[in-house]
Amino acid sequence: MINTLFTIQPFTLAFVIGTYLAALWLYRRTKLNLLHPVFTSILVVIGALLLLDVEYAAFEQGSFLIDFMLGPSVVALGFGLYEQVHLIRKNLLSILTAITIGSIVGIVSVVFIARWMGADETVVASLEPKSVTTPIAIGISARFGGLPPLTAVVVVVTGVFGAVVGPFVMDKTGITSKIARGLAMGSSSHGAGTARAIEMGAVQGAISGLSIGLMGVATAIMVPLLRLIIK
Amino acid sequence: MYGIFIIFLFYAIGILISKLFGEIIPGSVIGMVLLFVALMTRIVNTEKVKPVACFITRHMALFFVPVGAGLMVTAHYFKGATLAIVTASAVSTVLVMITVGLIQQFMEKKND
Repeated sequence: MINTLFTIQPFTLAFVIGTYLAALWLYRRTKLNLLHPVFTSILVVIGALLLLDVEYAAFEQGSFLIDFMLGPSVVALGFGLYEQVHLIRKNLLSILTAITIGSIVGIVSVVFIARWMGADETVVASLEPKSVTTPIAIGISARFGGLPPLTAVVVVVTGVFGAVVGPFVMDKTGITSKIARGLAMGSSSHGAGTARAIEMGAVQGAISGLSIGLMGVATAIMVPLLRLIIK
Repeated sequence: MYGIFIIFLFYAIGILISKLFGEIIPGSVIGMVLLFVALMTRIVNTEKVKPVACFITRHMALFFVPVGAGLMVTAHYFKGATLAIVTASAVSTVLVMITVGLIQQFMEKKND
């Protein structure tokens, strides 16, 4: 009975959007990074589904429209790029340098830490593209012997984690430039990080959106190259 | 309505191009680049796209909720490697953030 209810789109849409609005309200009231709506909404939804004994497949069916909107929202980031094009032109060299090195640091560090902690090579291959937007990450993972479902989970967790800790980490390390903050958010935590960067301001949001694409391309190139070196 | 049409149109074109080239880069990212080019060249009406684009991107966090809730069924992929996966991902994410942020900030200041 309750499973059927969740397969009905208007019901699940209202449930998810209502949860998001409540989470947004809480976040704006408290201004705590840890209570970012992307994090609290997910926790509340998982909690509710487990409590009511709803199968994820039913919820997935009902929430399809919201999930679908991820694609158009990435496309819409093109508008932010257009608005900030003068900044991108002026900083093109530094943006490309930072992304290339950032991509290498991301792959090498995750490989070494995971290996050192005893993860097998399938897990390591699944982790390599963790800072990249899901569709690109899954492609890279599948091509180099990873488990795409594991990659999908890690990418989402990485994104949400980065979105939540990002502002704190950057304050502590003295990263104050708007371009640098946007670039750091998007390159480390893709879409979820960009959602967070948009809240910081138009410059941060646009640059973060740009870095999702750049990081995806850089990582797709770097994973096979680095495999030749650190294998 | 024009704005919604434009965004879906560019998403569709992006997916099409992505499929033609072996889906290495996702359609949404290609669509983003194409929309950017179309706005720069004035092929599409900037003012009419603005409200829709701003509205969707402002609430991007909402669109991550269903994927995120998927964690409840995929948690078993972590198996025995949970600690390694979580530690490696978290540390590496912070390292990427700091590296990218500091390099950009350093080069930006040198530029001025």
